[in-house]
Parts: sequence; C-alpha cells; structure tokens
Amino acid sequence: MSHYLSLFVKSIFPENLALAFFLGMCTFLAVSKNVKTALGLGIAVTLIQAITVPMNNLIFQYLLQPGALSWTGSKSLSEQDLMFVGLICYIGVIAAMVQILEMALDKYVPSLYNALGIFLPLITVNCAILGGTLLMVERNMTFPESVVFGVGSGFGWGMAIVVLAGIREKLKYSDVPPGLRGLGITFITVGLMALAFQSFSGIKL
Amino acid sequence: MAEQTPKQILLDPVLENNPITFQILGLCSSLAVTTNLNTSIVMAIAVTLVTACSSAAVAFIRLQIPSSIRIIVQMTVIASMVIVVDQFLQAYAFSLSQKLSVFVGLIITNCIVMGRAEAYAMKNGPWLSFLDGLGNGLGYSVVLIIIGLVRELLGSGKILGVTILKTVTDGGFYVPNGLMLISPSAFFLIGLLVWLNRTIRPNQIEKE
Repeated sequence: MSHYLSLFVKSIFPENLALAFFLGMCTFLAVSKNVKTALGLGIAVTLIQAITVPMNNLIFQYLLQPGALSWTGSKSLSEQDLMFVGLICYIGVIAAMVQILEMALDKYVPSLYNALGIFLPLITVNCAILGGTLLMVERNMTFPESVVFGVGSGFGWGMAIVVLAGIREKLKYSDVPPGLRGLGITFITVGLMALAFQSFSGIKL
Repeated sequence: MAEQTPKQILLDPVLENNPITFQILGLCSSLAVTTNLNTSIVMAIAVTLVTACSSAAVAFIRLQIPSSIRIIVQMTVIASMVIVVDQFLQAYAFSLSQKLSVFVGLIITNCIVMGRAEAYAMKNGPWLSFLDGLGNGLGYSVVLIIIGLVRELLGSGKILGVTILKTVTDGGFYVPNGLMLISPSAFFLIGLLVWLNRTIRPNQIEKE
C-alpha cells in the first residue's frame, strides 16, 4: 500500500509532469491567465489522464509488448512484438477517449461540459497526456500502478496550472520591464515554481 | 499575410517569427533534452525532419482530406513520421535514444508540427509547405541549440563532451553551476531569450 502512496506523491510533486518534465507546456502557458479557466482545464486533464493511462497500460500489456498476445493461445501470435505501432495506438486511444468523454459529459453533465468548453478537444494534443502514457510504458508499470500514476500525474499538472494562474493574476499589478512582460516573466515564474517543486524530491514514504 | 518568396518562407520563422520565442509553440516535449548539446542537436534534427516531411505529406493530400477528420489524419501522418525517426534512432544510436527516452515519441504532440500542418500545409502546395516546415524546424533548432550550449557549458564546463572550462574537481578554476543541470534553468534561459528578442524587436512586446 505504501508503495502506491509513494508513487502517488511522487507523481504529484517531484515528478510533476509540467514542472519537472516540461509536458503540456503550450497549454500550460496559454491557458493560465486566470484561475477559473485553469481550474476547468486542470479537472479535464486529470479526468482524461486517469482514464487513458490505465487504458493504454492494458493495450501495452495485452496487445503490444513482446509475448503479450500469448493469451490467444496461438504460438505464432505470441511471438510478435508490436511495440513499433505503439505511438499510433496510444494517440488513437487518447483521441477516442477525449471524444467519448466529450459526448458523455455533453449528455449527462452539461454544466461541466459548458464550463470546460474548448479545452476538452484541445487535450488530445496536450503532451502531458501522451507523455504520461509513454512514461508509464517506459517504467513498465502494472495495472494498479498505472491507475495511481494516471490520477496522480493528472492531479499534479492541474494543481501546477492553477497555482501559476493565481500567481499571474497577482503579477498584473507589478511593474515588469517592457521586454519581459507577458511571456518572459511567465517563464521566469515557472522556473521559480519548478525550483520549489524540486525541493520535494527528498520525500520518502 | 502577403505573398512571400520561398526564401522568406524559409528564413522568416528562424529569427523574426521564431516558433518558440514568438509563437510559443513546441515547448512541451523538448526542454528536458537540453541538458547537453549532443541530445539537443539530435532532437533539433529530428523535429526539423518531422516538421518538414509531415508538412509536405499533409500538403500533398490536403485536397483529399475531409475537414471533419483532418486532425486525426494529420496525427496519423505525423505519428508515422515519428515512428520512422524513433526506429532509426533505436537502430543506429541506441544510447542516445535511451537518453531521449519518451521525448522522441512526444514529437507527435509537439505543437510546432501540428501547428504548421494545420495552419500552413492545409492551404499551400507541398514545396512551399516543405520549406515552411523546414524553416520552423530550424527556428526551433536555433533556440534548442543555444539553450543546450549554455546549459552544458555552464553546467559541466564542456561543449559536446570536450572540456572548455576546467572544473575545480579536475584541478581547474571553474565551479560548475548545478542549477544549469536541473530543469528550472531551461525556463530561466528561455525567459531571458524572450527578453533579449523583444528588446531587439520592440514590436513584439505584449500589451496588457
């Protein structure tokens, strides 16, 4: 149990997708202008991440990795190594899941659907999602691990963007040198945040 | 945008309209690979090739793609290109591909590739799209290589593994700056680069 807890905390703080791996940076910088939209996007990313990482984990374990097809009982199939089509499969799953979630939310929770708006389809091209999946594959996680990692990493990303949005709202009142206004100062802010998150890396659970 | 000559299409995104410092695209997958120059160069070449080829490929089939499923078609084209690059690296530069780990795969969701396919290649011919992709790839490469250079030089006193500043542990004078080896430094460097760029070209300063 403590193993999962430690994985969860690790994926939120020291291995934060946004601040340690630079994933989802484009959206991270573009959509962090105010806290409300940032919160909506954070929730959407956490949801998608929590679904797609375990989904892709199943695909990886039972279809793609060498010997994965042994459950079919056919000898020639179980010798196949389909890792090279991995990327297309994962991105397909992500695009499909985003589409399904969009339709489901539209039907059953229209208020949340309206709040998320354009951000939902944009998540397909958010590298944090594909990055989460690829890290999961690289670390060869088991299914329960992938569930924990998916939820944790999505939550970590969402939290980072909400915090950044909060800082940027306050930054409006500061006197920033002209050339540094907007994008430049945001980069510096993110750098400082990343430094702060690094200090969690000593945590052992 | 006015009519541009092929030369402008190629060179414009390198400095004037740089994808990273001006358009804020393509930061996602790449900054973690800039701890040393070697990986930065490989990543830069990979992204340039993928952008140029996928732009050209999308431009070839642009009239056949129904607009409702164009994102998926573009994704598939890009993903195929990336798989080729990935397999090539694994075959001929295995240790490098280990070091780049997931970031080669992440070229798929690199916004530059997707952005150029969507914004330019869907409307223009294959040759111009190829140049446009190449130019944007080069603009991206310039930034990546600058950051890689600074981080490797200040972080470990080396360029491409050759010692330039002799470190204290080896009996030299230079104390390596540990900050340069961890991820936050890339943010600071890009922030400074944006600042420099906007000081030279004041028309890019954001109004608030």
